[in-house]
Amino acid sequence: MKLIEIVVTDAINPSLEARTRDDAIGEMMDMLVAAGNVAESDRDAFVKAVIKRENRGSTGFGNGVAVPHLKQASVKQVIAAMANVTDGIDFNALDGRPVNSIVLLLSPEDKPELHLEAMEAVFGSLSQETFRRFLRQASTVDEVVTLLNDADSHQLSA
Amino acid sequence: MSTATKLVKVVNRLGLHARPAMLVAELAQQFAAEISIRRMDADEAIDAKSIMQIMMLAATAGTELEIKANGDGADQAVDDLAALVEAGFHED
Repeated sequence: MKLIEIVVTDAINPSLEARTRDDAIGEMMDMLVAAGNVAESDRDAFVKAVIKRENRGSTGFGNGVAVPHLKQASVKQVIAAMANVTDGIDFNALDGRPVNSIVLLLSPEDKPELHLEAMEAVFGSLSQETFRRFLRQASTVDEVVTLLNDADSHQLSA
Repeated sequence: MSTATKLVKVVNRLGLHARPAMLVAELAQQFAAEISIRRMDADEAIDAKSIMQIMMLAATAGTELEIKANGDGADQAVDDLAALVEAGFHED
């Protein structure tokens, strides 16, 4: 699975202004609603479920990145929003460091294999220091899209 | 230096997703031994102490994994990790 197929281009924000984890999750869900990928009527329930999942165990897996996520029956395909938070926010990350880059991932509940494939694509990139650095430095949506395409075609040097 | 290897199959419906990956990494980190996990259908092994690398296995229900440890406590590490996988990460 390719990152560019998962990440909704209209739901990329290289300079999200959220100051807290929950605000960031809410604003990123709003991006997916605005892009037409999440129904307005699902918005609050989805945000609540992502936060509930986050409270059970942080998806701030270290190195300044977090991948809050949700599996929902009403989600038909894997989609993600991506954001950089300017100042770094507390995600209760495993390494205790603030989070600068967030991928909010929504997957269909009944297709766990799609969720795992998406996670593989996401972490295949996020686990690379080069990718994380370029992502943090990206200041426009186009730069993020270029980075995703480069990562998908393995053009990033490790 | 002791080494140990065990083959296991992922049995829980959701596979090796984030929370199980965290359990695996936390357990692996308790051992001094180097521990790797490899999909039986792949060549490359990953570091069992890294959640990010575990997520890159994309191990769905039914995926066969080879757990390998090298160093102090290798036998115990492989046994404990295999038991965790075989128990479906206690989630189904």
